[in-house]
Amino acid sequence: MKDQGTYQPYSYYQLMETSLRELLVEKGIVTDDAVNAEVTAMRGRQPERGSKAVARAWVDDAFRQRLLKNGTAACEELGLEIPALKLVVVENTPQVHNAIVCTLCSCYPRVLLGIPPDWYKSRNYRSRMVREPRAVLAEFGLKIADAVQIRVHDSTADMRYMVLPMRPKGTEDWDEARLAAIVSRDSMIGVAIPKVG
Amino acid sequence: MLERGHHDMGGLPAGKVEPTEHDYAEWERRIDAMVQLLRGAGQITVDELRKNIEALPPEAYDKLSYYEKWISSLTQTLLQRGVITTEELGRKMEEVAGRKK
Repeated sequence: MKDQGTYQPYSYYQLMETSLRELLVEKGIVTDDAVNAEVTAMRGRQPERGSKAVARAWVDDAFRQRLLKNGTAACEELGLEIPALKLVVVENTPQVHNAIVCTLCSCYPRVLLGIPPDWYKSRNYRSRMVREPRAVLAEFGLKIADAVQIRVHDSTADMRYMVLPMRPKGTEDWDEARLAAIVSRDSMIGVAIPKVG
Repeated sequence: MLERGHHDMGGLPAGKVEPTEHDYAEWERRIDAMVQLLRGAGQITVDELRKNIEALPPEAYDKLSYYEKWISSLTQTLLQRGVITTEELGRKMEEVAGRKK
């Protein structure tokens, strides 16, 4: 896909952004302060929020069950507000590995994981993840044994998925903060698994 | 049978997934912020945005980066709703472009 990382200053679309924003401010529809505050809030929404929910589920089985039953409500218990959408948490087990995709666009549990990475929105990931997930996961360096079933969940605007990875062996005496630190964003998308050390 | 839309690519053959990502620039984040604010205020809906992204010509859909698609779609949505006019936008873009020289 196109490299989204390099931009010339004042590209056409940057010009469009500035122009549209100024028009909306002049019309009193948004304010610069509100836009800046939203950008700051967005920067605060990092994958650590999702890791917190996963680590809690690993140490608190009742929470785990609530998280799987109603992801939105369980996350709100942790102070993680999930406005206006249904969060479905899917659990990895020794028999089933889960992964998420949005074939039509870029739906993603942004409130828990932040803005999706470029590859999540790429044609190659969106096209192939639902057809040959095992091959795609191998491209991420994740080999899933043939005996393990892979379930791929296609997100929509109103319903977002997040993967609850399996707690790795060797972490039995770890506290919640230490556990959260090994839960990567990619493990909650399902293209990686948490590793010890 | 209805023809598959260009954006509707699930299951189609495609290349190797390159794990690319970049830290989003301020102007990209501001586009995202405007979308969230306008959605929150009920000025636009996520379905309109999606429809206007899907309505991009296939060449543009493939060529534009993510937030370039978003700003195109957001602008189109606000034009369709009459929140802004093409004249206003054209005038403003000219003004901003002149300022930056």
